[in-house]
Order: sequence, then structure tokens, then C-alpha cells
Amino acid sequence: MAMTVKKQPSDRQHRYLKNVTTLTFDSEKCTGCGLCETVCPHSVFELNEGKLYLTNKDACIECGACALNCPTKALFVNPGTGCASAFIFGWLTDDEPACDCSGGGFC
Amino acid sequence: MENTYSDKESIANVPTSLTTCDMLGAWKVRLGIGRMNYTVNPGLYSVGNPHRESPVLVSANYKLTFDILRKNLADLDCWLLILDTKGVNVWCAAGKGTFGTDELVHRIDSVGLSKVVNHRNLILPQLGAPGINAHEITARTGFSVTYGPVRADDIQAYIAEGYNATREMRRVKFTFTDRLVLTPMELVPAVKMSLPIMGVMLITNQFAKRPFGKSDIAAYAGAILTGSVITPLLLPYIPGKAFAWKGLVTGLMGTICILGASKGFKKENRLMSAGQLLLFPAFSSFLALNFTGATTYTSPSGVKKEMKRALPLIIGAGAVGAAIVLGSHFLGKGKK
Repeated sequence: MAMTVKKQPSDRQHRYLKNVTTLTFDSEKCTGCGLCETVCPHSVFELNEGKLYLTNKDACIECGACALNCPTKALFVNPGTGCASAFIFGWLTDDEPACDCSGGGFC
Repeated sequence: MENTYSDKESIANVPTSLTTCDMLGAWKVRLGIGRMNYTVNPGLYSVGNPHRESPVLVSANYKLTFDILRKNLADLDCWLLILDTKGVNVWCAAGKGTFGTDELVHRIDSVGLSKVVNHRNLILPQLGAPGINAHEITARTGFSVTYGPVRADDIQAYIAEGYNATREMRRVKFTFTDRLVLTPMELVPAVKMSLPIMGVMLITNQFAKRPFGKSDIAAYAGAILTGSVITPLLLPYIPGKAFAWKGLVTGLMGTICILGASKGFKKENRLMSAGQLLLFPAFSSFLALNFTGATTYTSPSGVKKEMKRALPLIIGAGAVGAAIVLGSHFLGKGKK
């Protein structure tokens, strides 16, 4: 079957606040499997000759995918969603932050 | 009672083309109509004419997600394992844990997947990863997890490349179009929230010396527009990083324009305009702050940080601004 590689419309790079992520990395425990690099939606990691580098740490959105999928717990992050209304809802109801997100495009 | 699928005929086959009804449904949920009940039944489905070696793709039971996925599977033979995510898309469901390890383990078992296929591989959407521990899935079910691309429209290319996602396919984007389809869901709640405010304006008009008029409504509508439509659309082009700041910038510009066009800077209108200049940009800022949840690149730590700084200012400016606006209308300062 003929494959056409779809070109994504170019868009300006989004940048959010710096030095806020709770992501930490313990290089002692890392086996270099690279699963974190695979699951990260913002290319925070780069695996180079079996060694992991956090080359784009400020792009981290703390989704928690890397830490959950790390087989040796070399990565830690306090996971959550960057959603203001969820926090407000959480504060008002004295409950966990919750949003009624149903975007759908990502699947 | 859950079905286990021992013979292929009992597995529902899904078409890869969407009907007018599906597309209407998509429009409705984008506008926020019935979007909490837009689901398909969890379970196993077939696409095309799959056999025992065909790939198994895992997804969520939000119908919008399900439709986008199947639309992109034309000419493929595969199985779809749909998890019960309570009608929420993969990424959000993964964050909530409903697109999660336990649900996947349960679903593999309840549909009897190991009797349907000979291989032991699952292809998961990459954005399901925040809810799935791949190693645990393998340990508990014998199935290994491969993370596919972020977007469903890359699946064909991913498979054609021998199940390899390029770095580009692994990255989440947030294009103009992505933002455009989200703006109705920002606008609709903002308009709903405005109904009681309109009520306050109507009641005030019964007593006020200077009733609220078209220019006040225009300034108010302008704040809704800058906060929930213009800021999202122009997001990467507005200076600054914090959303509250971006909404403040567009809100200030919008309010100044509308005041300028409606004699707002004339001497007799200055007090009321000062009130509007506090109130409406604060409102726009708040609406923009609420857009953080719809974006693909905000972290909870970042949002918390900006909320701690911005919310007291928004509430303060909004309260003082509202008091000045109401006061100037009641006391009848200024005339337009």
C-alpha cells in the first residue's frame, strides 16, 4: 500500500514556565532501556549510547508516563494534569483535582 | 455478563468510514452537548478481516476517540481492544487511571484475547502510557506492550515502517486547528456563566441613574472573546508564558479598543472606564487561565505556580472593578 507521510501544519513552539517540574532522575538506577524516551510526549529525554540525558526538562508536563513505565524506578515525578479549573474544583469541593476533559483527538 | 469470544463471528466488525450521524455526533460533543454519554461498549472489535496473527490495537470507549481511530484504519486488518474509560479520551483517562493497568489486564482476560490471537503483543496509544505500567502488564498477562504513535492518523505510517514511530510521531503538538476545535468548549461555559451577570445588569438598570447600555455589553462580550477565543487561538504569539498574563494582555487591549470606540475616555466617563479596565481584563485573564486544562503542554506544578500569583490579583482587580462599575452606574457618573 502506498504511504504518504502527512505533513503536519507548522506551528510555533509552545513554552511554559521554567524550573517547576517535579521530575527527578537517578542515573545510578537507570538501565538505559529507553522506554521513558518512547513514552514522553514532549521529548524531554535523549538516550545516547545507553546513557539517558534530560535535555529538555522544562518541557515536562508531569504526566507521569516515564516514571510509571520505568522498570527500575530511576525516574520520579509527582503526576497530575495542568488544569486550572481542576485545581479550583478541587479546592472548592475539598477533593482531588478533577476535570471533565473530553478532547478526543488524542488516541 | 461479559462475552468471551471463542469464535470470530461473535466479534463485532467495525467500518472504517464514518456516517453523517457520526460526524454530527462529533460536532455536538465539540459544542459540549451530551459529551459525557458519548460512548461505545468496551470489548473486542475487528477491523477488516483480521486473523490470529493480526495486530491488536488498544483504545478508549469515548466514541469521538473510537471514530477518529477507525477512520484511520482503512485497508488494515486488525483487532481493537476497547477499554472502559467511562467515555473519556485516552490521554485524560490515562491521567485519571481509567485507561490503566488494572483495566487493561481485566479486559484482556474478559474478552479471552489469548484465545483470539496467537501472538502476545499489544499496541497502545503512546498517550495511554501515563496510566499503564508496561512491565506489569507483561508480568500479569504475558502480553507485551508496544507504544504506538500519539496521533491516530500516524498509525498507518507507523505500521508501514515496521512498528516504528518517528520522533515526530511521538511528540504532542498543539496546532492552530487543535486549538480552534477546543474554543467552543471554552466559549459555551463562559456564555452560560454570563447569564446571571446579565440578570444583575438588568436589575441594576431598574434603579441605576445611568443604565447599562450597548457599550457596556460590548466591553463585557469583548472580555469573553479575548479570554476564551482570541487567547487560545493566538496562544504562541502572545508575549509571556503564563496563561493569566496572556489573557490579561489581550483583555486589556480589547477593553481599551472598545472604550476608545465608545467615548470611554471622555472626562465624564473616566471613573466607570477605570472600573471596566480593572474588571474586564481580570475576567479575560481568568478565562485564559482556565484554558490551561485544554492545552497539551502545561504541567500541574506550573499551573499551580501561576494560579498562586494570578488568582489573588484577578479576584482583587475584579472585585474593585465591579464595585466601581456598579457604583458609577448607580450614582450616575458620566453620560454617554
